[in-house]
Amino acid sequence: MKDVRPVIYAVFCGALLLAPFFLNAYWVDVLNNVGLYAILGLSLNIILGHAGLFHMGHAAFYAMGAYTTAIINTSYQIPVLWLMPLSGLVAGVAALVIARPIIHLRGDYLLIVTIGLVEIVRIALINNVFGITGGSNGIFGISRPELFGFRIRRPEHFFFLIWGFAAITVFLFHRLENSRFGRALNYLREDDVAAEGSGINTAHYKLIAFVVGAVWAGMAGNIFAAKMTIIAPESFNFWESVIMFMIVLLGGRGSIPGVILGAFLIVGLPELFRQFATARMLVFGAIMVAMMIFRTEGILPPRPRRYPAAVADGGGDGP
Amino acid sequence: MDLFLQQLTNGLAVGSIYALIALGYTMVYGVLKLINFAHGDLFAIGAYLGLTLLTTFGLSQYLGPMGVVIVLAVMVMGLVAVVGAVLERVAYRPLRQAHRLSAVVSAMGASIFFQNALMLVYGARYKVYPHDILPKNAVSIMGFEIPLVRLLVLLTSVLMMVALYLFIQKTRIGTAIRAAAIDQRAAKLMGINVDRVIMIVFLIGPALGGVAGLMVGLYYGQINFTMGWMYGLKAFTAAILGGIGNIPGAMVGGLLLGVIEAMGAAYISIAWKDAITFMVLIAILIVRPTGLLGERVADKV
Amino acid sequence: MSLLQLQNLTKRFGGLVAVDNVSFDVPEGAIVGLIGPNGAGKTTVFNLITGNYRPDRGDILFDGRSIRKLPTHRIVHLGIARTFQTIRLFPKLSVVENVLAGRHCRMKAGVIAAMLRLPAQKREETAALAEARAEMAFVGIERDADQVAENLSYGNQRLLEIARALATGPRFIILDEPAGGMNDFETAKLIRVIRQIRDRGITVLLIEHDMSLVMEACEQLVVLENGAKIAEGTPGEIQENERVIEAYLGVEEE
Repeated sequence: MKDVRPVIYAVFCGALLLAPFFLNAYWVDVLNNVGLYAILGLSLNIILGHAGLFHMGHAAFYAMGAYTTAIINTSYQIPVLWLMPLSGLVAGVAALVIARPIIHLRGDYLLIVTIGLVEIVRIALINNVFGITGGSNGIFGISRPELFGFRIRRPEHFFFLIWGFAAITVFLFHRLENSRFGRALNYLREDDVAAEGSGINTAHYKLIAFVVGAVWAGMAGNIFAAKMTIIAPESFNFWESVIMFMIVLLGGRGSIPGVILGAFLIVGLPELFRQFATARMLVFGAIMVAMMIFRTEGILPPRPRRYPAAVADGGGDGP
Repeated sequence: MDLFLQQLTNGLAVGSIYALIALGYTMVYGVLKLINFAHGDLFAIGAYLGLTLLTTFGLSQYLGPMGVVIVLAVMVMGLVAVVGAVLERVAYRPLRQAHRLSAVVSAMGASIFFQNALMLVYGARYKVYPHDILPKNAVSIMGFEIPLVRLLVLLTSVLMMVALYLFIQKTRIGTAIRAAAIDQRAAKLMGINVDRVIMIVFLIGPALGGVAGLMVGLYYGQINFTMGWMYGLKAFTAAILGGIGNIPGAMVGGLLLGVIEAMGAAYISIAWKDAITFMVLIAILIVRPTGLLGERVADKV
Repeated sequence: MSLLQLQNLTKRFGGLVAVDNVSFDVPEGAIVGLIGPNGAGKTTVFNLITGNYRPDRGDILFDGRSIRKLPTHRIVHLGIARTFQTIRLFPKLSVVENVLAGRHCRMKAGVIAAMLRLPAQKREETAALAEARAEMAFVGIERDADQVAENLSYGNQRLLEIARALATGPRFIILDEPAGGMNDFETAKLIRVIRQIRDRGITVLLIEHDMSLVMEACEQLVVLENGAKIAEGTPGEIQENERVIEAYLGVEEE
């Protein structure tokens, strides 16, 4: 039986690459949103999908990245894209500090604490914490990004920035999955006592999963700030976290193609049925319940990793 | 001093509402070890049903203020209890044998569903309770003025809690609920119909939550479809504060949280009111996950 | 020289004294059996050695160094590997991946190295895979390498757990009822594997109810009853020991 998957992926990538040349600005912008959420979904996938940590506060890290970019760009006029590493770093450090005390909490408690986290961050932003977040109006006047002297401002331009970053993310995360780190996350998700008993520092890996996911969400926040030029606390409320959570859950926990499909279904599909836009969350809720009952693993669950077959010398005795 | 006493009674009234909602969380957690995320939305449904019943039947034309409140409370309790039982049947029972977290996600989904259903039915704007139901006057206790509504909320909640406590401690069904909370398998072996116990818990919890919703409508005069979310989280915090699974704990936790919040709003900052609750929640989970009155056995290796 | 020394180990759960002032030594290169009736505290002793529980009193020395306060993964890193009484594999992952879990603590590559696929990371992965395959071959489950762990027979799941433990490169291995659920044929194979493990220079400590296995494989036995040590010696001595016969073997031989 021949594997048709590579063909499907190639057709998908080709179609996506050509899309901005055939679609109007509105639909290109829809694709940009899908791309942004795909990046966010992939970053949450490290935490929720691979490490199995029920984290519903991802919007907090997204917000930290976006606000870092917005504050520094508007105060010091540093080009937006230069701030991407810093945005990731700020979110990553925050994750390191925040996650350490809560990492050992059991699944459902972790869920509720991360919800609390995203609310605290939002309330802090609204209250103009440290006098730099602009309160509930947020921050405006963020400059347009430039790449190699080219000014990115039209939706088609952003399309290549966002999906280019998504492609890099897929490339790196695919490698990460198929590594010592990726396996360690899966071990602790399956059974953390057995993982610890096999010599894996489970607390450390849970923490690092949070940090990697947060760094990426922070960088996605940077792109979001650049795209919108204005950001406000309401862009990072609890529902944003729910949407990211849903993307991973619906697409397939631990599966890169699944998460991308999830982003298309949850962010893209409702655009096709705009008249039902207000019912979108209602349908999501019902789907969440139905998914848990009928297909817990998501639409495109991850495929088992493949390892090269044993070398011909036969193995024999142990080391 | 006056500010302090006003905030104290206000905190107790709001806290008693949290306590009523927290009872639903704690009872469900007791028998199912599940955080019923949709519970806050059942509370919101109670508030909206109360409003609908009030405006469509024009109860206040036939009954005095107390009569209205009692009739309304009974109707809301019955209706929300039915919604709770349906929720259990549809979203939780099929997951009884599944991984614990599957049920949590299902609960989350149900919560989102209810919240948006309310929005679609009633609209996204704030809804206002008619303000001519209860007299506006204040009662004077030892030279100190307390609004009548506040007193009413406090009394009703305490009454409900006492009734629940007696029910749980003194009746056969109450004993069965306690047994199922300690060890479901053993309870089953002792001939207790655990499915029925769970169903009863899903009738009582939502009924109390529904009444709490009604009281918020009467107390604050306005309601919103997202209210279940915030009150739900706070009530859950109250349940954790008192030790989840512990019924008196939920009552104490609710009252305590109400007072903490009222004092925080008065003496620290009203803008940070909601954040204070979450910080309390996180602090308890980190420092003392068993809560104030809770005790739990260590996890097995 | 003793590789592992338990010194006056005590562990209480509430009012119950699960392990009561237990001391014994495991000499390097030996196969030692820990036996006793159900509820004697054998698995608790194992959980104390591996850091899953903390002793209330007493100390545990590994190679002369106290490991009483170390977290489990550190203890594994020092060279103590274990299997679980109730098999604890990663049921949804493949057999190779289960064994690779054991290799983890001997590898170094982190997040950045994995993303960039640095040459050192690639070499390390290849080597780890080869070692994992060697351990599968050692216990004789190499044919099932790509199977999902939960699809293996009960006996092979036990062997897989041993392979995973061996993959950590231990000096000392703790087997908790390795023959549980095995048939006679599988048990005979297990005894061979245990001896081969020792021949590789790895010290073995095991709990087992199958007396034929214990008497055949172990060179030294420690007997627990109600959390306390009641006897210690060679299998021959233990079979003669009055208290042991009374407490345990007498019932067995009826």
